Amino acid sequence: MTKTNDRLALPRRVILQGVASVALVGLGKIASGAAPAFAAANDKYPEEAFKQKTVDDAIKLLYGKTAEKSDKVRLDAPEIAENGAVVPISASSTLDGVTSLAFLVAENPNALVASYRIPAGTMPSVANRIKMAKTSNVIVVVEAGGKLFSASKEVKVTVGGCGG
Amino acid sequence: MASTIRIRATSSGDTTEVQALIQHPMDSGFVKNAKGETIPPHFIQQLTFEHDGKIVFAADWGGGVSKDPYVKFAFKGGKKGDELKVGWVDNKGATDTTTAKIL
Repeated sequence: MTKTNDRLALPRRVILQGVASVALVGLGKIASGAAPAFAAANDKYPEEAFKQKTVDDAIKLLYGKTAEKSDKVRLDAPEIAENGAVVPISASSTLDGVTSLAFLVAENPNALVASYRIPAGTMPSVANRIKMAKTSNVIVVVEAGGKLFSASKEVKVTVGGCGG
Repeated sequence: MASTIRIRATSSGDTTEVQALIQHPMDSGFVKNAKGETIPPHFIQQLTFEHDGKIVFAADWGGGVSKDPYVKFAFKGGKKGDELKVGWVDNKGATDTTTAKIL
């Protein structure tokens, strides 16, 4: 009980300061601790998940569970990306009942790049263009039937896309 | 004002393939300009596609999505002439919406 009060005290102070965005982050932390399904249950922007530095932390915050590798998830990425600012990546899955699909880059400052909601009737196949800071594993996570499946591939980057 | 969103949605019988290209800087907040100052984060956070009153695809994006983002997906249904509503909101609260006809 004391613990819960401590946790609540911080966002309340922040709200008083009138910093709305920071308050939201605080609330997000409480929600993810109390109910892991929070992020998947509604379509609120998963601010905290996008701030995580590691792939595992981002997946945990986004879905509240861990992914297992699956050959039913296909990731298409170039072997070598000449320009890390624009790397074309696509992914698809032969699994039934896919509800979401997310792209992560292990070596980026924030691992999570994009997360897509796939309603019933939409194909589990997405193409997009992402930034890569340097040579890294690209990971795609697919949620199907309430479970997480992943595939990954290393993409060599010759010119990084995150400046510096 | 010209829309920031360009959509190409083509029906091939029972499925509709959608390609979207949006004009947006997608600044991650990790890049410095020539003077060494950090360019503040400015990126699209959410993008939705709606057909016949139903969301057919929704994206949550971070600063790791490339500048002038591109995305492609496909959904079952959608006939030639149907409307597809597309909208985005970025981390500064700016938004844009457009409606495209399925070809």
